[in-house]
Amino acid sequence: MSLGKELTIAVPRGILFKETVTLLGRLGLDTVELASNDRKLLFEDIGVITMRPSDVPTYVEAGAADLGITGRDVLLEQSQLDGQLGREVYELLDLGYGRATMVLATARGDGGEDVDPALLTLRRLGVVRVATKYPRIAAHHMEETGRQAEIVEVKGSTELAPLAGLAEAIVDLTATGTTLRENNLVVREEIAVCTARLIANPVSHKLKAKAIDEVMERLRKDS
Amino acid sequence: MIHPIPSGTRDVLPEEAQELRRITDSLRGVLTDHRYGEIYTPALEYESVLARGDIAEVRPAYRLFDESGAVLVLRTDMTIPIARVVATRYAGAEAPLRFCYFAHCYRGVRPQRGQQRELLQAGIELIGAPAPEGTVEALTVLCRALDATGLQRYRVGLGDASLYPELMSGMGVPQESQPGLLDALARRNFVELDLLLSGAGLEQEAVEILLGVPQRRGGPEVLGDVPAPAEAALAGLRMVHERLEPDVAERVIFDLGLVRNIGYYTGAVFEVYDPTLGAPIGGGGRYDDLLGRFGRSLPAVGFALGLDRLHIALAGEERGERPRREAEPAAEDAAEEARAAEVQGTA
Repeated sequence: MSLGKELTIAVPRGILFKETVTLLGRLGLDTVELASNDRKLLFEDIGVITMRPSDVPTYVEAGAADLGITGRDVLLEQSQLDGQLGREVYELLDLGYGRATMVLATARGDGGEDVDPALLTLRRLGVVRVATKYPRIAAHHMEETGRQAEIVEVKGSTELAPLAGLAEAIVDLTATGTTLRENNLVVREEIAVCTARLIANPVSHKLKAKAIDEVMERLRKDS
Repeated sequence: MIHPIPSGTRDVLPEEAQELRRITDSLRGVLTDHRYGEIYTPALEYESVLARGDIAEVRPAYRLFDESGAVLVLRTDMTIPIARVVATRYAGAEAPLRFCYFAHCYRGVRPQRGQQRELLQAGIELIGAPAPEGTVEALTVLCRALDATGLQRYRVGLGDASLYPELMSGMGVPQESQPGLLDALARRNFVELDLLLSGAGLEQEAVEILLGVPQRRGGPEVLGDVPAPAEAALAGLRMVHERLEPDVAERVIFDLGLVRNIGYYTGAVFEVYDPTLGAPIGGGGRYDDLLGRFGRSLPAVGFALGLDRLHIALAGEERGERPRREAEPAAEDAAEEARAAEVQGTA
């Protein structure tokens, strides 16, 4: 199929990359170079551009890519929350892979009894500090559940924050919970289940309807 | 020294202003030829007046108080002010009425290329002309106006705001589920739409129709054999299509999922796309109930073009610049494949 000639697809590097490459292969794209060359960003022959997952909606919204694949966590963080404006992209399909859960976790309490340190702080000081790479999701979740929170945005490993005393709680994505356990953190609340999603630029969705529908058709058949 | 200007506003200097002037001159020529009278209204309106027309959904960017404490809003579009003008200054005038405008509007959007908080719009309002003729006239004037600017590759997406509500009622979707579904569709979140439909206690077949129909878009063939009760809206679209002149009709892409996110639209709705731009250049539709809210019940239709976006699209087409790939006509594709097969066969 001439998919690679008609469409530009934004592909996320990182945890979703491997399964995304497999999926593109199933669509009939030649993914040999894409799978092996992790420095190259633009694969013109097959209409693929690669980037970090949180950049995918940016490229798709601007029309620099027609389609994109990224996690629901990214889309939620950039969606219309609490009066802030969201990205103008269409969410077409739940691709099912890359399943992980957005959770709120805190340190296991000292001593024999597991007392949630965030609860303790909230009771005594009125405000809990939450470290996260997802400030909008975290703020929305705390507001929705009626708790006052100070959101501390970090870019790297969130797990460090409660251990070092930067925050009492974290909001982060976890697939297996291993990293959390290893850092003596306990999942207290599940916020959302996240999987990979196929998104589209609104104009491409109309002007390249045939090519996009063909992609959808193939993906639906396979799943 | 730095003297900032508010986010989402910008200065236009002579070279750009001259290009914009060329565009507005071309548009004004066509609109005047079609007997649309140019109109000015105040940039400031009373909030209580604009609120008659669902302004909440387009998010006014600026509100202020006057000296008596009344709340003023910088207008978010020209449709509502013109509805006010018709109901007050043209209360007894004979319909149809034709107005055009070139005016700045103010919206609480996230500023980015072609999307400023202060945006210059050009558009028309055709008041007292019911569907389908009024819609046909608006679409025709829209295409003539775009042609006059020199834009070549634009297309017009055409749908009907009443289609999905009609479909939902016809398929027995409970009243209380309908606003949520419509909201998911307006954002074109088909994953969420699927989830909501699956949870609404419907038959599997109904879920598939309610998910599938709004994803149909393309030529007039998408209006045929729709397996669902949306006959009134579809018949309306067919009537419009039959009456369009061929050069206008070939610009149209039917889109059964098109829902513009402004509440006052009642019937046909449309958006303008160009392959050089990732967002619509403009749009419009029928608003047959809006005038009634101001006290003079008349069917109406209109469109507005964002001049910044139109300018970007024109510049993009001119430069032939396009990192994006073009959708190739299927026929060409097939011919190419056939040629390739032939070459292989002879080799």
